[in-house]
Amino acid sequence: MAEPLLEVKNLSVHFPTDDGLVKAVDGVSFSLLPGETLGVVGESGSGKSVSFLTVMGLIDTKRAIIEGEIIFQGQDLLTLPPDEMRTVRGEKISMIFQDPMTSLHPYYKVGDQIAEAVRVHQQVSKQEAHEQAVEMLRRVGIPRPDERADQYPHEFSGGMRQRAMIAMALSLNPDLLIADEPTTALDVTVQAQILDLLDRLKQEFNAAIVIVTHDLGVVAEHCDHIQVMYAGKIVEAGDRRDIYYGAHHPYTWGLLASIPRLNDSDVKERLSPIRGLPPSLIFVPPGCAFHPRCPHVFDRCRTEVPELLPADGHHASRCHLSLAEKERIFQEEVMARS
Amino acid sequence: MSVEVTERSEPQPATEQTPLVRIRGLRKLFPITRGILFQKRIGDVHAVDGVDLEIFKGETMGLVGETGCGKSTLARVVMRLYEATEGTIEFEGHDITQAKGSDLRDLRREMQMIFQDPFASLNPRKTVGSIIGAPYRLHKVVPRNKIKTEVQQLMELVGLNPEHFNRYPHEFSGGQRQRIGVARALALRPKLIVCDEPVSALDVSIQAQVLNLLEDLQEEFNLTYLFIAHDLSVVKHVSDRVAVMYLGKIVEMAVGQTLYRNPKHPYSGALLSAVPIPDPDLAAAKKRIILEGDVPSPIDPPSGCRFHPRCPNAQFPKCSEDEPELLPHHPGQVAACHFPLEDRAIIDTPADG
Repeated sequence: MAEPLLEVKNLSVHFPTDDGLVKAVDGVSFSLLPGETLGVVGESGSGKSVSFLTVMGLIDTKRAIIEGEIIFQGQDLLTLPPDEMRTVRGEKISMIFQDPMTSLHPYYKVGDQIAEAVRVHQQVSKQEAHEQAVEMLRRVGIPRPDERADQYPHEFSGGMRQRAMIAMALSLNPDLLIADEPTTALDVTVQAQILDLLDRLKQEFNAAIVIVTHDLGVVAEHCDHIQVMYAGKIVEAGDRRDIYYGAHHPYTWGLLASIPRLNDSDVKERLSPIRGLPPSLIFVPPGCAFHPRCPHVFDRCRTEVPELLPADGHHASRCHLSLAEKERIFQEEVMARS
Repeated sequence: MSVEVTERSEPQPATEQTPLVRIRGLRKLFPITRGILFQKRIGDVHAVDGVDLEIFKGETMGLVGETGCGKSTLARVVMRLYEATEGTIEFEGHDITQAKGSDLRDLRREMQMIFQDPFASLNPRKTVGSIIGAPYRLHKVVPRNKIKTEVQQLMELVGLNPEHFNRYPHEFSGGQRQRIGVARALALRPKLIVCDEPVSALDVSIQAQVLNLLEDLQEEFNLTYLFIAHDLSVVKHVSDRVAVMYLGKIVEMAVGQTLYRNPKHPYSGALLSAVPIPDPDLAAAKKRIILEGDVPSPIDPPSGCRFHPRCPNAQFPKCSEDEPELLPHHPGQVAACHFPLEDRAIIDTPADG
């Protein structure tokens, strides 16, 4: 088996606050192979963004207690001095964010912003950096890139801004691209364009991609592996088919059942939402964190924290239900609806 | 109850029935001016450019389209928040296009709106009780000392804890805030509620809760919804009929089922093919119409069919010169296209699917 590009071992990120310790990420482990696409799915506040901000080294260590290891190409990023980390960030790992409106600087031309990223990391002239920026804009499918590079972010539409962000993120040819809710602020048509673009660029740049999202629908066509997070923990992880055609965790079932399906039936079907709200990360429920919202809860769930147990080679879930039970419920209650 | 069921399953309600809302030839232009002291009109944004639409009592009319297609402007013109440039709006058979003063005030009681952003549409300095109670105070339909009880009943109805009456919006999550918006819209028991992207800002798991709530309330109060969203799967889920809007015009209208099976306009096909499906095999089997570029500027819309610069099926010069009209296809379906898609062009599943 190939050497993993990124290996996160038992990562915890806790923020001490006046109200108590916020356990944003609590014992997360996973690995990612070169060229792979990983989908990370969970509700707001499940710790999915914080995990990857930590990988990027963007969490202030003075304000957070970070434990565990983040091994990237053989180096532990958590022990790396800040200036070395700065080289990794951008050249090796880069990130695109949810809101392309706020992540571009409104006072600077788009081309200059991309060129700046290039100049910080590479010894090139202004002219060369600018040419590289134009070339990147062309590769992400922006028409007339030479003119567009001289425009300001407000002259770009939402989808174009996200393309510009992707151009900036890929301009240094990173090995890992983290996309944090890259399409949540966009129309579905533009969302489809951006996701297709990421797929194409992954081939072209041979990078691994992480797509963080709250919508299981978004990643169905684009991810090799999926991990579902809830209250700072991974509750289920597996290959794409494991999740969509044989999910083992009640939370994943809930996510699948709450998506309105485009189907052929004439009757209006009711959605089955997950009841209740995501828990506070200060007072995480005892036992399985999902138990107050779980329709299949039994005594053991209220006291004993379930382990992330593999069902077979790559599919694992954190739930006390027996495997037979999980398979039965998935077939009867989740698949029956779709 | 049985009346409502037949009304819903009927693709196009009987023409004799007076629609709750009838829109005829509606246009809304926003002038673009230049100069500070002497403003000169140099052009117009054609936000809504000739829309005919009927909304029947008790139905949910879905409206889909990309950002900038004019769907929110249309809703605001219907709500009389913007003045129509041309055309008429009838509500229960009365022309309300020019309604003023107390007539307009009374009209506001009949139609209410739920907004997209539950963070921006609630005043952060007011308690939830005061936000939901505002319509009662403004319209004086409930005596002052009864407002609190009424508001608490409403809160219970939309699934909020009535004891949270004195809390502020920031103490609630996104989904709960949207419930506050729903309660406020419901306070005066309107006949029509315009929902402008009510779930777009919410997580999927919370989206489902709000969509179910809207459905329950519709049944309980016999509400009529105009439901606006850019995601066809959400719109199809809640709507009886769906209108697809592109650059200020309705390009296709059909019952949800027909639109899913047999979209005729290539733009509807593109919207349908862009919907993410949480099923990898089905997603791979669906045919894709990928749109290039963005919606053109509504200041100077393309000639002929407005979709022709992005259309994969466009044939020239027909499409760039001749503007297509809405023509009937399947029962209850109209589409404006010279070269409509074949049946089952996007999703080809067996009928029992």
